Amino acid sequence: MEMLRKIFSKSSILIPLVAIILGLIVGAIAMLAGGYNPILAYSSLLDKLFSTPYNLGEAIRAITPLIFTGLAVSFAFRTGLFNIGVEGQFVMGMTGATIIGVLLDLPWYIHAPLAIITGAVFGGLWAGIAGYLKAKRGVNEVISSIMLNWIALFLSNFIVAKFLVEKGQQKSMTVHESAMVKIDWLIKLTDNARMHWGTIIAIVCVIVFYIVLWRTKQGYELRAVGHNPDAALYAGMNVNVTMVKSMFISGVFAGLGGVFEILGVFGNQTVMAASPGYGFDGIAVALLGGNTPIGVLLGAVLFGGLSYGSAGMSFGAGVPPEVVRIVIGAVIFFVASHGLVKWFLKPFLNKRASKRKEAA
Amino acid sequence: MDVLEIIGQLINTTLVFSTALIFTALGGMYSERSGVVNIGLEGLMVSGAFAAAVATEYAIQAGLGGVSPWIGFIAAAIYGVLFSLLHAISTITFRADQTVVGVVINILSLGLSLYLTKSLYAGSGQTPLLENVFHKWQIPFLSDIPLLGRAIFTAYPTTYIALALAVISYFILFRTPFGLRLRAVGEHPSSADTVGISVTKYRYIGVLLSGALAGLGGATITLTTTSSFAHNTISGQGFIALAALIFGKWNPLGLVGAAMFFGLAQALRSFMQRFEFAQQIPAEFFYMLPYVLTLIVLAGAVGRSNAPSALGQPYDPAKR
Amino acid sequence: MDRSLTAVQLKGITKRFPGLVANDSINFELKKGEIHALLGENGAGKSTLMNILFGLYQPDEGEIWINGKQTVIEGASRAIELGIGMVHQHFKLVQPFTVAENIVLGNEPVKGLKIDYKLANEKVRTISERYGLKVDPQARIKDITVGMQQRVEILKTLYRGAEIVIFDEPTAVLTVQEIEELIEIIRNLAAEGKSIIIITHKLKEVMALADSVTVIRRGKVIKTVTTDETNEQQLAELMVGRDVSFEVKKTKREPGEVILAVDNLKMKGEQGKNALNGVSLDIRAGEILGIAGVDGNGQSELIYAITGMRKVEGGAVKLNGRDMTNHSPRDVSVAGVGHIPEDRHKHGLVLDFSVSENMILNTYFEPEFGKTMFIDYKAMDTLSDKLVKEFDVRSSGIHTHARALSGGNQQKAIIARELHKDPDLLIAVQPTRGLDIGAIEYVHKRLVQARNEGKAILLVSFELDELYALSDRIAVMYEGRLMGEVDAEKRDDQQLGLMMAGNKATADGRG
Repeated sequence: MEMLRKIFSKSSILIPLVAIILGLIVGAIAMLAGGYNPILAYSSLLDKLFSTPYNLGEAIRAITPLIFTGLAVSFAFRTGLFNIGVEGQFVMGMTGATIIGVLLDLPWYIHAPLAIITGAVFGGLWAGIAGYLKAKRGVNEVISSIMLNWIALFLSNFIVAKFLVEKGQQKSMTVHESAMVKIDWLIKLTDNARMHWGTIIAIVCVIVFYIVLWRTKQGYELRAVGHNPDAALYAGMNVNVTMVKSMFISGVFAGLGGVFEILGVFGNQTVMAASPGYGFDGIAVALLGGNTPIGVLLGAVLFGGLSYGSAGMSFGAGVPPEVVRIVIGAVIFFVASHGLVKWFLKPFLNKRASKRKEAA
Repeated sequence: MDVLEIIGQLINTTLVFSTALIFTALGGMYSERSGVVNIGLEGLMVSGAFAAAVATEYAIQAGLGGVSPWIGFIAAAIYGVLFSLLHAISTITFRADQTVVGVVINILSLGLSLYLTKSLYAGSGQTPLLENVFHKWQIPFLSDIPLLGRAIFTAYPTTYIALALAVISYFILFRTPFGLRLRAVGEHPSSADTVGISVTKYRYIGVLLSGALAGLGGATITLTTTSSFAHNTISGQGFIALAALIFGKWNPLGLVGAAMFFGLAQALRSFMQRFEFAQQIPAEFFYMLPYVLTLIVLAGAVGRSNAPSALGQPYDPAKR
Repeated sequence: MDRSLTAVQLKGITKRFPGLVANDSINFELKKGEIHALLGENGAGKSTLMNILFGLYQPDEGEIWINGKQTVIEGASRAIELGIGMVHQHFKLVQPFTVAENIVLGNEPVKGLKIDYKLANEKVRTISERYGLKVDPQARIKDITVGMQQRVEILKTLYRGAEIVIFDEPTAVLTVQEIEELIEIIRNLAAEGKSIIIITHKLKEVMALADSVTVIRRGKVIKTVTTDETNEQQLAELMVGRDVSFEVKKTKREPGEVILAVDNLKMKGEQGKNALNGVSLDIRAGEILGIAGVDGNGQSELIYAITGMRKVEGGAVKLNGRDMTNHSPRDVSVAGVGHIPEDRHKHGLVLDFSVSENMILNTYFEPEFGKTMFIDYKAMDTLSDKLVKEFDVRSSGIHTHARALSGGNQQKAIIARELHKDPDLLIAVQPTRGLDIGAIEYVHKRLVQARNEGKAILLVSFELDELYALSDRIAVMYEGRLMGEVDAEKRDDQQLGLMMAGNKATADGRG
């Protein structure tokens, strides 16, 4: 497996590792500056994560949507597109699932799959709009998908408030049990952590991501367009259609993330003041994972873990949980500026090299 | 209410909303004219809004009274510069991806601002309400003109500053050696390099100016609209400013027009609900309006053809 | 003028890049008022040396002496201070700016805070008159011809008071007439006391223009001679390091069926102007039709139209009698058109794909590479192994990235891919651009071989030598029209040059 070798080759794993360490150091400095104890904070974070089966289960619950959104961002990246609109596609996925889950009442073997597919397609189409605007009108996908994020938020709020609302509340009616995808025995095993099939599907999606891009003709085309759209055009590929397809698939991943938040976790959709943020975290996950499927999985575990554990930090060390956002921001910053990281590492690497020379 | 009065108020509200957009879009202009994409405008605005709230609060504590908002205003610009320095170092010196770093700026700004807010104000997610903020100036005589007086000549000082900066920026960009060089760096960096103009220096200046101006944009919102900083003080204005920059074709006066357009869309959403027919329309559609308009405008043939040619490309002299 | 004084002296200049020594202890001397050619193949190290002299690179070893004083040139601005100017091969001009703005950039005359545009225009006018380089200071670069743009580049150096002017491949993009004008300009500059260096790989220019010539091969100086003591053949051997024959062996061949028929093609250009203004041409099996013309006269658009990459507004494209007008690029490719694009890196290859992956760039969808939605990488590798051997593509294996290949091997890979498709029509645009002589010979041989096997070939080139060597017929393109055809057997540069400048073919042409 060339892929695996690539992922675990020294240079590609060294930079994210160093970036994570530097990010944690930045967070520690921020905590010191705020008069908190970073060591206590980080250990409370770990405590929170691993203390009980419930917390572990809930951490996995928090990680799951990040796998989806990370895959979504990565997939678009692989075809040369920056899908910053995963956030909106995620929200559309939630909405699609809620509509089907609330309004229809079907046997579970139809209801759940239908709700899942609807949400996925909602996400895909929402991303497809950005892809279409890019292909046909030359609109930068970054700008258009930022706009689409806001529109998705307000549109979803409108749909929830107008068609699905639970009387007198700021949320939708509860999704029918037949559409829910909880895993009861795991829930029992983890003392009522909200475990659901979405996690399994997320792992399946990691594999699908790999197969589509590296095993199919479609994937070959997507990668060619991603590396060099001009050459792809000269080779007779339909670059515009490929871009729309790529955005659609990316949006499907994002939509699935939203679907399982409804069908696996909450069972209803609230009227939101701001979007949930999983899409933006997906960018972080994708960057940290180097846009490889395994990398995304690991990145999601890291960020999901940090975010979930941050509640422990504020409980155990009184640190505002936002410090985790600083850590995450810093980590991506260092991954993006790998030149900077190398520059940081230079003295160490040189020392190692010179030691090796001395040894020889 | 008579129609003229309503129009006057609408124009006035439009000016209030567009001021922050003008500052920020002007900032974006300096950065992008030098060839550096700045998607971190949103985050820079957040930082500016936060810094303004905190600095003004300290100034009030120190007994500076009416001068306090000005202290906050300037502090926001300085804080914005510091934040954009991060952007400059990584994208210009270390040639990191400009869009990604912009995203980082957005994440870091919000995280850091909220973290500091909670640290400074005993866990509260909001800074204290400021006693001293900017008040609307009534320009003597001019404000007595019917309609126009209420609409244009009674506005926050920040509005006048923003408009003046736009005109000054136009002059700088198109009339001075600095402007010519900045544009050359954004259009064709190696041609600037070969006549001895430092691409790095001009890009740093462009990006740092964007930090200062976006900081002022954020401060404007704190000091004229919300009187405090919280997680939702800035919610998308930075991105709209970016759209205004593109819609305004990277031209200081063009972007003022675009910012006014988006300001109007925002003003309309609070305004329309006064009318009975508009109350039938769900509020969400008014919230969506600026974003939908932006999308339509961008799809309508503006494209990116007017963008500086070297926008988004790190300059590597070895690959000239 | 005292020619005994030296303007530039480079002593033992060495410059290393990762994996290559671009300049290997080079010694070079430029006398005052002299025109000195720096001759060498692509990649021989000429440009690196001149970039060192212009302060864009720092040498790893060696000394630079300017006007008898040793100096360190740490950047372009220092070079400019020392009176060194460079006319770059790829013009360093800001397209939306005016001529005057480009010339004064970085050194603007000011009045108060403002740029003094009146003075700038005046200054430009004064220098341009003094050296006989007519330009309109207020015209925008994007609206003027390539020849004019080059004048602006020269004026930029003169405005900065250059005494030593370096020309990097100055004739690459010019018409025959423009080249003559340029030679005149350069002679004038030398007569005014300027010292001139010309970087080139064209022997004719060296002989026509230079006083002396330094030949560089693989980063080393081979010899410095005066042009009176040498000739083209000798220079060619010095440059390449072996006997070179410029002749391409081409057998007489009766053309067969019409393969490509293009009728009255019309296409809009970028700025509303017509890029194609009714182009008609035929190519038969077993013949090479060369298209001559200055870059930007509709050649690219003609290719776009034939390959389906851009829609035409009028006219028809027929392949083997079948209408292919406005068909998709995929359709055209499958119908039997191979394409060797001008820009290998941008259009010909996906540099981050392996050599092997690049080999199936336009055939990956064929059942040969998997009958299902999955791709058969084994079949891909088998094919690549075969093609790499057959076309002598040298790399460290078919799984190396195309980026790691030399230009010549990249081009071989593209030719292998396109010929493997066994196309009826092969389009080759500037197929030897930037290649060394060995690779050029190989490409020429393959093209002629394909012709001999009965393929129709459309060759677009800006090099007259190449056109004459390969083509059976040469058509000249100007502003989206064909100005007429000339016989490739009887070479007449003057006539061709006139047509390239927009004059209709005269009676003795075949127009």
